Amino acid sequence: MSSPANVADRPVDDHPGGARLEVRNLRKVYTGRGEPVEAVADLTFEVRPGELVCVVGPSGAGKTTLLRCLAGLLPATSGDVSLGGAPITGPPPGMAVVLQEYGRSLFPWMSVAQNVELPLKEKRVPKARRAELVDETLAAVGLADVAGSYPWQLSGGMQQRVAIARAVAYEPQVLLMDEPFAAVDAQTRFELEDLVRTLWKRLGITVVFVTHDIDEAIYLGERVLVLSARPTVVLEDVAVGLGADRDQLETRGDAEFARLRTHVYELVQQAKQGVRSLADAHLTHPADTPPRAGA
Amino acid sequence: MTGVLRVLRSVLLTLGLPAVILLAWWFTSAGSTTFYNPPLSAILGTFRETWFSAPLGESRLAVDVVPSVLRLLAGYGIALVAGIALGVAIGSSRALRAFAEPVLEFFRAIPPPVLVPVLMLFLGIGDTMKIVVIAIGCLWPVLLNTVEGVRGLDPVLRDTARAYRLGLVATLRHLVLRGASPQIVTGARQALSIGIILMVISEMFAAKDGLGFSIVQFQRGFAIPEMWSGVILLGVVGVLLSLVFRAVSHAVLRWYLGYRQSQHGGA
Amino acid sequence: MTRTHRLAGRRTPAWALGLAGVVVFLLVLELAPRLGLVDARFLPPASRILAALAERLRTPELWTALGQTLTTWGTGLAISLVAGVVLGVVIGSVSVLRAVTASTIEFLRPVPSVALIPVAVLLYSTGMAGTLLLVVYASFWQVLVQVLSGVQDVDPVASDTARSYRFSPLTRIRTVVWPTTLPYAMTGLRLAASVALILTVTGELLIGTPGIGKLLGIAQSSGAVESMYAYVVVTGLLGVAVNLLARALEGRVLFWHPSVRGEVAA
Repeated sequence: MSSPANVADRPVDDHPGGARLEVRNLRKVYTGRGEPVEAVADLTFEVRPGELVCVVGPSGAGKTTLLRCLAGLLPATSGDVSLGGAPITGPPPGMAVVLQEYGRSLFPWMSVAQNVELPLKEKRVPKARRAELVDETLAAVGLADVAGSYPWQLSGGMQQRVAIARAVAYEPQVLLMDEPFAAVDAQTRFELEDLVRTLWKRLGITVVFVTHDIDEAIYLGERVLVLSARPTVVLEDVAVGLGADRDQLETRGDAEFARLRTHVYELVQQAKQGVRSLADAHLTHPADTPPRAGA
Repeated sequence: MTGVLRVLRSVLLTLGLPAVILLAWWFTSAGSTTFYNPPLSAILGTFRETWFSAPLGESRLAVDVVPSVLRLLAGYGIALVAGIALGVAIGSSRALRAFAEPVLEFFRAIPPPVLVPVLMLFLGIGDTMKIVVIAIGCLWPVLLNTVEGVRGLDPVLRDTARAYRLGLVATLRHLVLRGASPQIVTGARQALSIGIILMVISEMFAAKDGLGFSIVQFQRGFAIPEMWSGVILLGVVGVLLSLVFRAVSHAVLRWYLGYRQSQHGGA
Repeated sequence: MTRTHRLAGRRTPAWALGLAGVVVFLLVLELAPRLGLVDARFLPPASRILAALAERLRTPELWTALGQTLTTWGTGLAISLVAGVVLGVVIGSVSVLRAVTASTIEFLRPVPSVALIPVAVLLYSTGMAGTLLLVVYASFWQVLVQVLSGVQDVDPVASDTARSYRFSPLTRIRTVVWPTTLPYAMTGLRLAASVALILTVTGELLIGTPGIGKLLGIAQSSGAVESMYAYVVVTGLLGVAVNLLARALEGRVLFWHPSVRGEVAA
C-alpha cells in the first residue's frame, strides 16, 4: 500500500497524479451504410488535472461516442482532443478505461490477477513491481482473496471491481468510466460509487465518469456536464458544491444535493425535448444560488 | 464399502459391453471356416506376429505404422499453422473476408479425397504428396473455423485491448488466439478425422509403405486374418489420436468449459 | 444479407468483393499455367477446365454418375439419420443404456471409417453396398452423438412433469424429448451430410463404386487432365449444394426455435 497510502491525506485540490484533458470543437459523424449520422455536433470543455467530472445526458446523447473519442478508440470527424497538451489520435499512454460491459471487458481465459497484470506487462513494468501493484489494487477494491479465480466465477459487482482494479493498477493520469455501474444492483452500486471517490481522492488522478443516472453524477462529481440530445452539445457545465467528503446518507439528504438534482433533472428533461442551449431551456426551478463549496 | 462398490460399478459399466461384444465375436467366430470371417483367435494370433515381430526396428510397426503417423502429424501440423495464420488474417479484415469467402466456400466443399489423384500428378506418390494432401485437406476446417472465431471476438474485449495499448503480439497472443480457441479447437477436431482418412486413402491409392498400404496388400493377397489385424490396428490408432487430441483440447479450453457453464446458469 | 446489397457510403458491398475474389482466383488459375508458373500438363488454364466441364455436362455419362453419387449419398445419409435418431432417443432416454454404451460409443466413434474399405471390398466388391458401409459408419456417429446430447439437454422439470402426469413413454418422447432434441438432430444431419459426401466420393475413388469419384479416377489414370479437373469442380459444386441445402433445412426446421445452435457445441 506504499504509494497510494502516502497521498491519502492530501487536500483534494492538489492532484499531482492527474493530467489536463481538453476537448475543443469535437464533432463526430458516423458514415457507415445509409445516411451519415451526426452523433456529436460541437463539444468544448476542459477537465483540470485531478478533477472528477461527470457527464450526463438523455439516453442516446452520444455519451459513449464522446467517451470513445476521449479514449482514442474512435477518431473524431473534426476538432481536437488533447491530454496534457498532447493531441489524442489513438489510445494514449497514461489513460485507463472502465467500460459498462464488465462481463465482456475482462478476459475470460485469464484469472483476476492476470487480467489486472496484463496491461502492466505490456507497459514493461518490472515483475516485482507488477506483483506489488496487483496485490495492492486487488486489496484496495476488496478482492484480494479471489485473485486466482476466473472473472466469470464472480458476481457482476465483483467483476466491475476487477475492471476498476485493472484501471487503477495501470497508474493512469486519466481514468475514463463509461456507465460502469449501469448493470449492477443498487446496493453494489452505492459501494462502488464510494470506492471510486476513495480511489480518486487517494490517487489524485483526473476522472471522467459518464452516466445516465443524475443522482450518481451529482454524488460523484466536482462538476457535472449536462449534454443535449444528439447531435450533442454541452447544455450546461454545473459546478457541484458538495465538498470533498461525501456520504451516501448525508450527502444525498443535503438540500444542495436536492437543488442540484432538481436542476440537472430539468435540464435533462429539456434536452430530451430537443433543447440545445441553456437560453432556450424553460426551467421552473432556476438555479440562481451559485454553489459554494463546503456551504 | 460404498466407494469400492462405486468403482466396481463404473469398471463394469465401462468394460461390460466391450467385453460382451468381444466374447460374442470370439465364440461366434471360433469354429468359423468362412474365408472372410476368420476366428477372432486367429486374428489376434496374427496381430502380434504381423505388427510386432522382432526386432522392433524392422517390424511393420516401425516400417509402416510410424511413417504413416509421422506423415499425418506433419501434414496436420502444417495445416494448423497455415490455417490459424490465414484465418486470423482473414477474420480480422471485413474486406478480406468478403473477398475470400466464396472461393473458400467452394474449396471447403470439395471432398478432400479427390485431392489424392490431383496431387499425384504434381508430386508423384512419395511422402511429399501424402503430406501435402493431408495438409490441404485439413486446412479448410481449421481456416474457416478460425475465421469464425476471430470474427466472433467480443468488440468490448478488442476495445479493452486497444485502450490498454496492447501491442500486436500481445493482442494476438492474449486476445485473438485465446478468444478464437474454442472455434479453432472445433476446426482442429474436424481436421484430425479428415487427416486420418487422407492418411489412409493416400496410401491405399499408391504407396510403398504405410498402414493403409499394408492393409490393402493383405486384402489383395487374401491374407484375411492379417487384414483384419490391420483394420483393428488402424482403429486403435484412430482412438489413440483422438484421446491425445482430447487431452490437449481440454488443457487449452479449461477456462471455456467453466465460462460456458456460467453463461448458461446466468441466462 | 439484403443490407449488403445496398450501395451506400464508402464501403464496397460484400457481394462485389466476393465476386472480385472469384474473378481474381479464376484469373490466377488462367494465367499461372499460361505464364509457365505451373506445368500446364498438370494444371490446365481455367478456361480449358471450364470448357471441359461444359463438354462433360452435355454427356449423359456425367449425369448418370451424378445420379449414382447422389443415390449412394442420400441412401447412406437416410440410414444414418434414422438409425442415429432412433438409437439416440432410446439410449438417451434410458439411463442404464446410456451408462452401459458410453464407453463403446467413445471407442468406436474415432475408428476411421476408411479402415473398413478392405472389408467392404471383400464383402461387396465394387457394388454400392460397400461404399454405403463406409458412408453409414462415418455419418451415423455424427447423428447419434448429437441426438444423445440433445436428449440429455431435456429440461428435467419438463421431464418430471411428464412423468408425474403419467404420460406413456411414447407421448413423453413426442412432447418432451423430441422438441428439445430436434435442433441437435439437425446439427447432426448437417455434419453428417458433408461427411457422407466425403465418404461417398472416397468409396467411388478407391473401391470403384459407380459415380463421379469413379469417373474422376478413370480420367486421372487415363491422363485426361482437363476432364479430371472438370469432375473436381463437379464434386465441389455438389459439396456447396449439400452445405447450402443442409443449412437451409436446419434454418427451416428450426425457424421457431429461440436458440440457433452454433458450431462449437458440436
